[in-house]
Amino acid sequence: MKLFRRKTQGAQAETFRRFEGTDTYITSQALQDAVNVSLALERPLLLRGEPGTGKTLLSHAIAEGLGMDLITWFVKSTTQAAEGLYVYDTVARLHDSRFGDKDVDDINQYIKLGPLGRAFKAPSQVVLLIDEIDKADIEFPNDLLNELDNMTFTIAETGEEVTALHRPMVVITSNNEKELPDAFLRRCVFHYIEFPDPELMREIVAVHHPGLEKRVVDQCLETFYRLRDVSGLRKRPSTSELVDWIAALIHSGVDVSRLGKEIPFLGALLKQEQDINKVAGGGR
Amino acid sequence: MLVDLFFELRHYGLKVGPQEWLTLMRGLSLGLHDSSFTSFYNIARSILCKTEHDYDLFDRVFAHHFKGVEIQAARLNEEILSWLRQAKNLLDLSPEELAAMEKLDLDELMRLFEERLREQTERHDGGSRWIGTGGRSPFGWGGAHPTGIRVGGESRGRSAMQVAMMRRFRGYRTDMILDIRQIKVALARLRELTREGSVDELDLDATVERTCKNAGELELVWRPPRKNNVRLLLCMDVGGSMDPHSRLVSRLFSAAYSSRHFKAFEALYFHNCIYDEVYRDASFRKPVSIDDLLQKHDRQTKLLVVGDAMMHPVELYQTHGAIYYMQLNASPGIDCLRRLAEHFRRAAWVNPEPESYWRHPTVAGIRALFPMFPLTLDGLNSAVSSLVRGSGQRSTANRPVGSGAAGWASWG
Repeated sequence: MKLFRRKTQGAQAETFRRFEGTDTYITSQALQDAVNVSLALERPLLLRGEPGTGKTLLSHAIAEGLGMDLITWFVKSTTQAAEGLYVYDTVARLHDSRFGDKDVDDINQYIKLGPLGRAFKAPSQVVLLIDEIDKADIEFPNDLLNELDNMTFTIAETGEEVTALHRPMVVITSNNEKELPDAFLRRCVFHYIEFPDPELMREIVAVHHPGLEKRVVDQCLETFYRLRDVSGLRKRPSTSELVDWIAALIHSGVDVSRLGKEIPFLGALLKQEQDINKVAGGGR
Repeated sequence: MLVDLFFELRHYGLKVGPQEWLTLMRGLSLGLHDSSFTSFYNIARSILCKTEHDYDLFDRVFAHHFKGVEIQAARLNEEILSWLRQAKNLLDLSPEELAAMEKLDLDELMRLFEERLREQTERHDGGSRWIGTGGRSPFGWGGAHPTGIRVGGESRGRSAMQVAMMRRFRGYRTDMILDIRQIKVALARLRELTREGSVDELDLDATVERTCKNAGELELVWRPPRKNNVRLLLCMDVGGSMDPHSRLVSRLFSAAYSSRHFKAFEALYFHNCIYDEVYRDASFRKPVSIDDLLQKHDRQTKLLVVGDAMMHPVELYQTHGAIYYMQLNASPGIDCLRRLAEHFRRAAWVNPEPESYWRHPTVAGIRALFPMFPLTLDGLNSAVSSLVRGSGQRSTANRPVGSGAAGWASWG
């Protein structure tokens, strides 16, 4: 991470931080640029891509690379937008009114901030990951528009206005196209994480398995990409599966020169039974 | 120079607005691109494209703009396709004219086609000789020759039983405004919230009241959370005359299918008209008899039928009138439809054809049974209202067809 100082048109200096990947997370130039646009323009970064291309991991890498804390909001089908701001624990307050020795007049102690609320109140800038936003109700993104735009909301029970001390770097991942409203999309910086080409994959493998012989990596990658090209697979193997598979190969001491003929630990690469049968049966 | 890029992107169909453009300008003024052309490209793409499907278009326009790479060829292709697509309106032909046109056998037809294809050098609309659109030549598309060779475009042979029933050219648009999200939002209004199931939500008002009655002794009252109780049965006409609408119908299907808020959802298929059976799959291999269907789905289930309701009257009103000769339906289609309409308390029919075509006898016949709505955003909203509120909307079924013009407007 470096600090850059640049002249803007108004001859007024602006500083922003740049993300350049981390030791364990290798990015493409395009992804770095997208992250930096999002950082500099304070727009949410919307990520799409095949499963296993590291959409979720990216936010960890940004947090690590820029030395920020990471707050994650895992969206589920029942998640409401309001939960991201705060939850008012009525039951605890009622309970305390009867049994507790706390002062129930102080509503604040029953207000539990959600991920968005915590990100706003954080003393320094944080990375906020809203993971799999498309899982929630169709109106979910719309309900968050205002909060993400103005970075402020009001707690109805106390009248307190929560305003972001530092605009969080918002990273949103989505698996489903066509689900997000236009008004929401207009505000986002979009990046589609492509599946890594063999060259980038070589770097990624090198990060996880340093010191692996080039010959071995070549052989593994060749098998891996050949497997990905098999048509009609239900779930094509992705980066994380490749890394696990190579780990399994190393630990078991399999002779990689045999890879051309058979694929050991096929289950590490393919997770669906039909896929395994397809490759094991029709491969040779 | 950059403004040109903006307009060029818009010209080629990327929906970029001033907001995105100003964002890009701000990014550039911050020096984000680092004076690197590649980074400029990355930044522009991340701000201007909102889905990976736009990437290719963006690349082409970008390359064209900055390197002068020719994309004219692609555009030219588009033009050729578009004149076949946006054909001139079909001539209205009298039966005499139709009869006057000689019917050609296939070999003769192929021979003439190849011959004329060699002779022809330019676009042709109307007329009776050249390959083109909207004419009476046996060749081309959107034409009115009783036999003939179709060149591109989709099938216009409406009624499988006869050939000479001609209608004016339909406004089939590819830039349909109804996307899955809009359909979902419309369908989301289809709900009947009821409290059933496990008791795990605190009823605050009841708790306060009970606690007060209990002289301050806390008494928690729990209740089941509100859930949507709607069961939806979707019956879709597929194949044949519905082919031009398949994209729209598949959007409706995927919107309904992925809507999580129905208590139960089942999609079934039929071709042309519902007879004694409907099918679980679009290739008609897994039949479900209507008797079983009515047994399985009680009267509270909401029935949504999607179809153009346009067929030969025989197919609707006669026994053994099914379009598939082997189907040998014991009761006429109309009886079957009536059974459905009478069984389900709430049913609606959504028709992808514009309202101006609903004068067709079988459409009118079916409209007497089901409230019918056009497959537009407005139409779908009305259909949903009708499914929620019930027969209040049924009166629209008898609305004079003359109001079809309003239906047209909503397509634009």
